Amino acid sequence: MLGFISPKLAPSYIPKFRSAILRNEFGSVFASRFGASFREYSSKKVKKYTKEHEWIHVERDLGTIGITHYAQNALGDVVFVEVPEVGTVVEQSGTCGALESVKAASDIYAPVSGKIIEVNQNLEKSPGLINKSPEADGWLCKIQLSKLSELDNLMEEHEYHKHCEESESH
Amino acid sequence: MAFNVSLPMVTIKRNFAAVPEKLKQTPLYNLHNEKRGKMVPFAGWSMPVHYANQGILSEHLHTREYASLFDVSHMLQFRILGKDRIRFLESLVVADIEEMPFGASVLSVFTNENGGIIDDTVICKHADHLYVVSNAACADKDLDHIRTKIGEFQKKGGWVDLKVIDDRALLALQGPLAAEILKKLCDKDLSDFKFMTSRFIHFKTIESHVSRSGYTGEDGFEISVSASSSQRLAKLILGYPSVHLAGLGARDSLRLEAGLCLYGHDLDDSITPHLFDLKNPLGKRRRVEGGFLGADRILAQLKEGVTRRRVGLIVEGAPARENSEIYNSSDELVGKVTSGGPSPTLNKNIAMGYVKSGYHKNGTLLKVKVRNKLQDAKIVKMPFVPSKYHK
Repeated sequence: MLGFISPKLAPSYIPKFRSAILRNEFGSVFASRFGASFREYSSKKVKKYTKEHEWIHVERDLGTIGITHYAQNALGDVVFVEVPEVGTVVEQSGTCGALESVKAASDIYAPVSGKIIEVNQNLEKSPGLINKSPEADGWLCKIQLSKLSELDNLMEEHEYHKHCEESESH
Repeated sequence: MAFNVSLPMVTIKRNFAAVPEKLKQTPLYNLHNEKRGKMVPFAGWSMPVHYANQGILSEHLHTREYASLFDVSHMLQFRILGKDRIRFLESLVVADIEEMPFGASVLSVFTNENGGIIDDTVICKHADHLYVVSNAACADKDLDHIRTKIGEFQKKGGWVDLKVIDDRALLALQGPLAAEILKKLCDKDLSDFKFMTSRFIHFKTIESHVSRSGYTGEDGFEISVSASSSQRLAKLILGYPSVHLAGLGARDSLRLEAGLCLYGHDLDDSITPHLFDLKNPLGKRRRVEGGFLGADRILAQLKEGVTRRRVGLIVEGAPARENSEIYNSSDELVGKVTSGGPSPTLNKNIAMGYVKSGYHKNGTLLKVKVRNKLQDAKIVKMPFVPSKYHK
């Protein structure tokens, strides 16, 4: 893909450029210039996690929100899902719905601030999707992020796994 | 998500160090671990809320269709002994024990001086003692109360003694297949063994006190067995593939469907026996004679009537949990939910609570507030799921 740049024209530049691709370092190149949000969140898809066991999958400024597999397992059979109405504006860590299992009601917290632009209609008839497919078909709602930088407060996948292991061992 | 596994009497934050020091273990603790019970603290005990790969929902439904074994050894078991034992216990509870035949059991309540309920309890009358079971969460309070009253009773020359049973497990086998399974294990005819009676039975040489009763609305048995034999008996019962273990989670959803109260939620010391059991809170003789703590107030209430009523509700939309407010059609607050959740058997949301008298009639349309939204609710008769006691 770099064939259009002649090695003759930029002999010293290309190896650097290629290794940057291989090591996926572009972010850091741009990061210095445009800040972290531009680097990570406008150029590619990211999935981040909250301590409260929500995940958010972000592409550009649109995010899809759900609960993690770990959370559905601990919660047990979900029998009722309450999600916000489309158009609702939510704050990061504010309540944005609830899940009900036989035993307990658990609030869902918004991983980021923004406006709810779509909710998963299938959950009304099949709340069990949360248990069957928490990180795909059982998504809860889609949100238009208002503060991309808030994603920096959330956990990466490996950090989240560690967080779950720590919760488990207590 | 607010990640709480809440159980009657306790709420455990998942992100917390959930196991404080010195939780008590029942004699079946090893069995729970072997069967991968999800252990949680409950009233000072380490108890299974459900078992791995089962979940509350499937344990609940299994109990209704087949049979489940519950470890309820955390409950307080004790004996009241001495020649004045009936007169003594009748001074603390509203039941008519004198009238009961030997072998019969009764659900009753301990009252305080104000007529409020200290705890609910099952009393079983035997020829030489009274066998009593009460709530684990109230154990210390109950024993303090009884010991104080025994002291006073003895000072007046009464002959009575308390023997706490701490060397026996308590197993509950509940469900439509329970009788058939126990029959095979003890090789005895159980058809004339009626609901709310008890017997001493040997299961393969294991001596047990068996009461035909339970907390699920199903036919079933509560088996008091020595701690050392309890694991063996549990394994004998679990040898029948139609019996599964079930935890406290299913126990709670089953009892709610059966319209049974849970102390600390549906009952407390502000609730009088009339609210607990409107039809027949006191035996006839007790109504005339009184002679129990708080009798003045309780008997006065019998004449005046009560200002609130315990009711069952079917709730539309989200399940209404404990403390949800109940409103009438003009949006006036008329009551509060004390227990509630989804009913796995009915596939509807059910709730128990107290409403002002007048709003308690079956079919009354009310509203219940859940997360700041008013949802439709309707008063229905309890039990929500018909009981199948062997009467």
